[in-house]
Amino acid sequence: MYRYNDFDEAFVRERVRQFRAQVERRIDGSLTEDEFRPLRLMNGLYLQLHAYMLRVAIPYGTLRVDQMRRLADIAERWDRGYGHFTTRQNIQFNWPRLKDVPDILDALADVGMHAIQTSGNCVRNVTADHFAGAAADEIADPRPVAELLRQWSTDHPEFQFLPRKFKIAITGSPNDRAVTRAHDIGLRMIRNAAGEPGYEVLVGGGLGRTPMLGQVIRDFLPAEDLLPYVEAILGAYNLKGRRDNKYKARIKITVFENGLDAFRAEVEKRFARLRSEWKGADRALLAEIERHFAPPAFREAPLDEYEAFRAANPAFRAWTDTNLHPHRAPGYAIVTISLKKPGATPGDATAHQMRVMADLAEAYGHGELRVSHEQNIVLPHVHRSDLPAIWQRLREADLATANVGLVSDIIACPGMDYCALATARSIPVAQAIARRFEELDIEHEVGPLKIKISGCINACGHHHVGHIGILGLDRAGVENYQITLGGDGTETASLGEKMGPGFPAEEIVGAVERLVLGYLAIRRDAEETFLQTVRRVGLEPFKGFLYGTEARDAA
Amino acid sequence: MTIIVTDRGFAADDFARPIHPLEGVEALKDGEGIEIGPADDPGALIPLLGRIGLIRIRFPVFADGRGFSHARDLRRCGYAGRLRAAGHVLADQYAMCRRSGFDEVEIDEALAARQPQDQWLARANWRDHWYQARLRAPLCA
Repeated sequence: MYRYNDFDEAFVRERVRQFRAQVERRIDGSLTEDEFRPLRLMNGLYLQLHAYMLRVAIPYGTLRVDQMRRLADIAERWDRGYGHFTTRQNIQFNWPRLKDVPDILDALADVGMHAIQTSGNCVRNVTADHFAGAAADEIADPRPVAELLRQWSTDHPEFQFLPRKFKIAITGSPNDRAVTRAHDIGLRMIRNAAGEPGYEVLVGGGLGRTPMLGQVIRDFLPAEDLLPYVEAILGAYNLKGRRDNKYKARIKITVFENGLDAFRAEVEKRFARLRSEWKGADRALLAEIERHFAPPAFREAPLDEYEAFRAANPAFRAWTDTNLHPHRAPGYAIVTISLKKPGATPGDATAHQMRVMADLAEAYGHGELRVSHEQNIVLPHVHRSDLPAIWQRLREADLATANVGLVSDIIACPGMDYCALATARSIPVAQAIARRFEELDIEHEVGPLKIKISGCINACGHHHVGHIGILGLDRAGVENYQITLGGDGTETASLGEKMGPGFPAEEIVGAVERLVLGYLAIRRDAEETFLQTVRRVGLEPFKGFLYGTEARDAA
Repeated sequence: MTIIVTDRGFAADDFARPIHPLEGVEALKDGEGIEIGPADDPGALIPLLGRIGLIRIRFPVFADGRGFSHARDLRRCGYAGRLRAAGHVLADQYAMCRRSGFDEVEIDEALAARQPQDQWLARANWRDHWYQARLRAPLCA
């Protein structure tokens, strides 16, 4: 895993020193509130509904044991004993005091972490496949390139005051777990016909109030051209992006209004002009970064006891059925620790839970943890023979929920419980749906189903790419929940389609239940997933389940 | 009176030649200045770059970052003359200005009073802690 060198270390210390001075200069009047706002945002500090919120970057979702422990320390010392893992591989602390924030940032810098550019109109935390470096289906590990992009974008002098925020995601696997088509720039590591490494470059994806899927702006970009090409895209966007209306300011609108071909021509023109500035120092740095990501020394061990324990223990077996993913090394598995216990807040972990996960990563996981955009924690390298011990520790810490990828593994934004922008609650809806399906006890029968909930049209809960998407709105002072169906954030990406009139808070759980029971009634067989059924039969049967006479009578 | 900020701190404006708006570029005499705004296309200046004594890029509001890209583009196109950011530029943006290719920043007296010289000199170390310089040859060192 990446460790800061002297330059990185000095950089974050200097940055904390600058921010400490900015807080003082806000208080003494040197900076107006309007001027301070973007400066605090580009250091991760939001003003929320009740308090400040600090968003800490977990670049490409990779965490070391000491870093996870430090997050636990921060949660206890400066917050209320928990943190919230987000859909963009960040962690949010919801209750810090402004005067403590520079000290928190120093505590992060001690372990090579920061909150830089987790907000504001700049290039945000670069996200990557949370199974990177471990998944059996991977072509190349995207994390070294993500780290290079982190360094390139950090304090980039030209791009700190863009028209709007800018999100980059990268995957090195054909199975897209990084939702690259919903990012301002999506990068897919590929090889061309000659076997040379490069990228398929997508541009203009994004969710929010105008959801769009990214389009291919370059079908093959040679690996060595990555930074100049990304810089050309950002430069074109900085000058052409709209600044008259913040809702039209994302690059997806720039691409849409100018047309992909015209935007591409502008990018290529800039690329031709600036390419010669790159003389190979970036390639040398990437080679150095790659050394940090050497795979751990995998071991070989018998699996008899694991198999015996699995055969004897149905609860453990259920957990291994849902929470494991194939690893490239023989005998190994990728473990997803669900932060979605029914009734809990999706993505929240207490300081104690963070420490348990850190201990497990230290004892059994080659010292590594990941944060997934689905708001769970991943132990990427675990030998299966260690799984019984891990599972028992997780159970003691209330972390052994066997629901990854199922109905109750819901993505939800913070919603009106925390967020100043929200128009409806999302966490309580997620909790209620999870509880209902726990009572029904059918989620293993239902199988893979992604429910995603946003508490306003800014779509932080990614509802547009949920198999079932739920959008909470405010209708004359009353919460109203709209349902979309058929969204997909993977390599077969699609945006969900609106079903019809929304539902009040007390009816949304029943509506979701009708959709799921309806699916069970019409699926071809147990192998056909919810999404496959929606794609096969279309929306109409599901509209019947939602709004049909049977449903109305039952309600 | 406006104040010119450089790595040495505050000074009076010593550029005594006329500064023309972009649309008045035909009247430019050798060594005179040109001013552009964020929405202007500085491409029209490319044939004239050797004759211009100063380019002043206006920042009507500090949050509009187009001026940084204009500065980079002018340097990329070979402009080696004096390049000035003028208007609502914060001390916190001084390093971004220098790294984008600006030589100096022009601010008014009110901003200079609110953000005095020491706040700008605190960012005069803009060559340090600079990821971009590590990734490629420095822009115009």
